[in-house]
Amino acid sequence: MSVLLFAESQKGKLKKGSTELSSYGFALAKQQNTTFTIVTVNCEDADQLANYGASKLINLEMQTKHFEAHAYATALAEIATKEEAKIILISSSADAKYMGGILAGKLQAGYVTNVVGLPVSSDPLTVKRSVFSNKAFANTTLAGAINIIGLSNNVHEEISQDSSTTVEQQDVQTTSKCTQTSLEQSEGKATIADADVVVSGGRGLKGPENWGLIEDLADVLGAATACSKPVSDMGWRPHSEHVGQTGKPVATNLYIAVGISGAIQHLAGVNASKIKVVINTDPEAPFFKAADYGIVGDAFEVLPKLTEKLKARA
Amino acid sequence: MKILVCISCVPDTTSKINFKENDTVFDDQGVQFVINPNDEFGLTRAIWFKEKVGASVDVLHVGQASAEPTLRKALAIGADKAIRIDTPALDAFVVADQISNYLQDNPYDLIIAGRESIDYNGSMVPGLVAAKSDIAFVNTCVQLEIDGSTATATREMDGGMEVLNVDLPLIIGSQKGLVEETDLRIPNMRGIMQARQKPLEVVTAVQSQAKSAIQNFEKPAPKAAVKLIPADDIDQLIDLLQNEAKVL
Repeated sequence: MSVLLFAESQKGKLKKGSTELSSYGFALAKQQNTTFTIVTVNCEDADQLANYGASKLINLEMQTKHFEAHAYATALAEIATKEEAKIILISSSADAKYMGGILAGKLQAGYVTNVVGLPVSSDPLTVKRSVFSNKAFANTTLAGAINIIGLSNNVHEEISQDSSTTVEQQDVQTTSKCTQTSLEQSEGKATIADADVVVSGGRGLKGPENWGLIEDLADVLGAATACSKPVSDMGWRPHSEHVGQTGKPVATNLYIAVGISGAIQHLAGVNASKIKVVINTDPEAPFFKAADYGIVGDAFEVLPKLTEKLKARA
Repeated sequence: MKILVCISCVPDTTSKINFKENDTVFDDQGVQFVINPNDEFGLTRAIWFKEKVGASVDVLHVGQASAEPTLRKALAIGADKAIRIDTPALDAFVVADQISNYLQDNPYDLIIAGRESIDYNGSMVPGLVAAKSDIAFVNTCVQLEIDGSTATATREMDGGMEVLNVDLPLIIGSQKGLVEETDLRIPNMRGIMQARQKPLEVVTAVQSQAKSAIQNFEKPAPKAAVKLIPADDIDQLIDLLQNEAKVL
């Protein structure tokens, strides 16, 4: 019986949300009165999670050098069975959501995604998750013999613990259903999924040639760049930057929206962000109603000043 | 090539979300239901295959008769046959069980399901079906080419893309990118007339147990009013972000 966390890594290094997930995992294990185990795959710096209350840290050595959903799900299903896991904890990353369904199917486990906090009840296990693209929450009871919790980003505090965590290595043989033929992945650059800050531009920027303003501000903040749906539909920016209900969801600490009016579909996708700053020339833009801070002003004047001042501060 | 597109029926993206019966049931009064956008991108790509390289396209929905107008719309924009498995879609497990069971007797080369529905945002069904039916799966698929019995699928990841080669049969989690927004079709009169003649089969569901149940819904707490900062006082914004919001 244990809570088992799958902590993701990329090119051998733990992903950014791992410490938040570990903190949540420990709190969850404590609430469920059970032990906490962390599993990583091909991870070189897993020991960084040794201070988060886990009794055991297992690093699986797998032949596949990149994330492969079927292989990972198979390996995790085996280790979860061996460790008699009661709850498996995963993130809300694209990889985790890819793997989660396969894992749940293999284990016949209950599974919920977009969970926003510790269970509201232990018996029966009930969690609060966001639904209707952040327009509501649903308290959902899980009825599997094993259950999988997919945790949203930025919902739990990071708390380290003095722990006596043992570290194990295990070799795993896996087979794969898909063969990767090419991979393009930005390195050392914040992504919309894990950035602390996202700077997003809309039609108010008037054309793709003006995106330097967004990129400059993002650079000084170490932020990821994003855009509204019309901007990606017009081809000013790639689809991968489109955030909103049919694009990528954003749950960041600080979301800065520039020249975005705030259509209901856009708000749905970004509402989970903690602090929203809106810069727009139109004081009637609906986004101001959903924002924490707003500047009614011209992006072409406000952004260079903001970037300059933040640069001076750094 | 035989293609099956699994369709969820969801409130239109502009819908106001309300609940009834002590916040235990979604209030569908005045709500317009549409094909889940992520499913529609997949369906449109399927119809592209049908027209360009030859394929049959069936659409499948697990749920009740209220979804039939949405299935007729899928037929009107080019699907050949609709299947409705007649059971309340209690959760993703029930839906996936029904789809997997249907696939046992009705094999397809390509199965498409949206990467998530925009109502319950579960993101579970295609992966569950892949595991239950032991079929290869590529999620968040933004490009798909098929050559004979193999597929080349591009998967969008956090901060990147990967290209995967897979043997059919294959399940993909579809989303925008598979086709563009401008490729989406609005049913025309001819399509609507033809759709009336196309088969819509109602299939009896198999026994299946839900593994989760929604107890009740909550709306987010109302938001405090925005703090407006004069456009010429950027220092104040930085100060607030740093000292009040503590996000810098």
